[in-house]
Amino acid sequence: MAQHIVSRRQHIVPVRTYLVVFAALMVMLVLTVAAAQFDLGVFNVVIALTIAVCKALLIVLYFMHVRYSSRLAWVFAGAGFFWLGIMIGLTLSDYFSRGWFPIPPGPLDHPITPP
Amino acid sequence: MPTRRRTHTPIHRRGPPVSESHAAVAHQFDDPEQQHESSYLGMWVFLATEVLFLGGLFASYSVYRFTYPEAFTAASRHLFMWLGAVNTAVLLCSSLTMALAVHAAQRGRRGRLIGFLIATMLLGLMFLGIKATEYYLEYQEHLVPLKGFIFAYEGPDPRKAELFFNFYFAMTGLHALHVIIGVGIVGLMAVLAWRNRFSAQYSTPVELGGMFWHFVDIVWVFLFPLLYLVG
Repeated sequence: MAQHIVSRRQHIVPVRTYLVVFAALMVMLVLTVAAAQFDLGVFNVVIALTIAVCKALLIVLYFMHVRYSSRLAWVFAGAGFFWLGIMIGLTLSDYFSRGWFPIPPGPLDHPITPP
Repeated sequence: MPTRRRTHTPIHRRGPPVSESHAAVAHQFDDPEQQHESSYLGMWVFLATEVLFLGGLFASYSVYRFTYPEAFTAASRHLFMWLGAVNTAVLLCSSLTMALAVHAAQRGRRGRLIGFLIATMLLGLMFLGIKATEYYLEYQEHLVPLKGFIFAYEGPDPRKAELFFNFYFAMTGLHALHVIIGVGIVGLMAVLAWRNRFSAQYSTPVELGGMFWHFVDIVWVFLFPLLYLVG
């Protein structure tokens, strides 16, 4: 069978881009560890997860070449994470809506004691 | 026909146009770009299955983290956060060396490719060594909730803490298994590169192996704050 031999023009990401992305990732690692040293209540999780998502985005876009890929590749790359979002989002909202997580007692929960 | 990016890549950023026999395009594809695209998309499909596979553990961990917040926070303090942070840095370095390996493969630089692949493997093994050290320290502190091990937790909720440690060992253990597989794949790439299987026209397996390695790094990027930096 005939196989036509053709060269492929590919997009080669410059080394400098990789180094800049790596530096940004290390900076974010320092930020994550530093932010965890302070007690910010519920925002600890929010900050940690936000930084983690930013790191993952940088790795996916630059190291895994998604930024330089076709739109179809964007769809394929995003699909797994989109479905993960559905799983975690709907699972957690299921638990929350049934009241199965401990909710701290509010002012109305205290019984009224007679004077 | 899948839609492809039509932006113009500057001439100095493209590979050389010299054609060789192993740049042949399989007959079901129109051109090498389509062949590469289908490999790339296929790898993303596999990574999507992996995301959902490990995501199941993340989902159930999230549920129990919200159910027993104080117990999980207290149990998390027994982990060795600084070792975990160093491991995160090690994996980020390994992703850099892996990306540089793919870059070298695209430029047809065989020596550099093999060098960067070996560097990636060494960093992966360093990660596994630090992880093993952590596991050994946790074993010494009686925090391993497996059959045959003593689990002795001094704290208010030992049963809930035991659940946390079950999650910790399951998630990091499964991740470590992926690192071991990744080191094997990168090693295989190094052997194939040594045997001249890759060129500037054909480096797709290196790129796909790199994608697996970056995925393993991404999983750890989420594991580290969720397990080690609780509260």
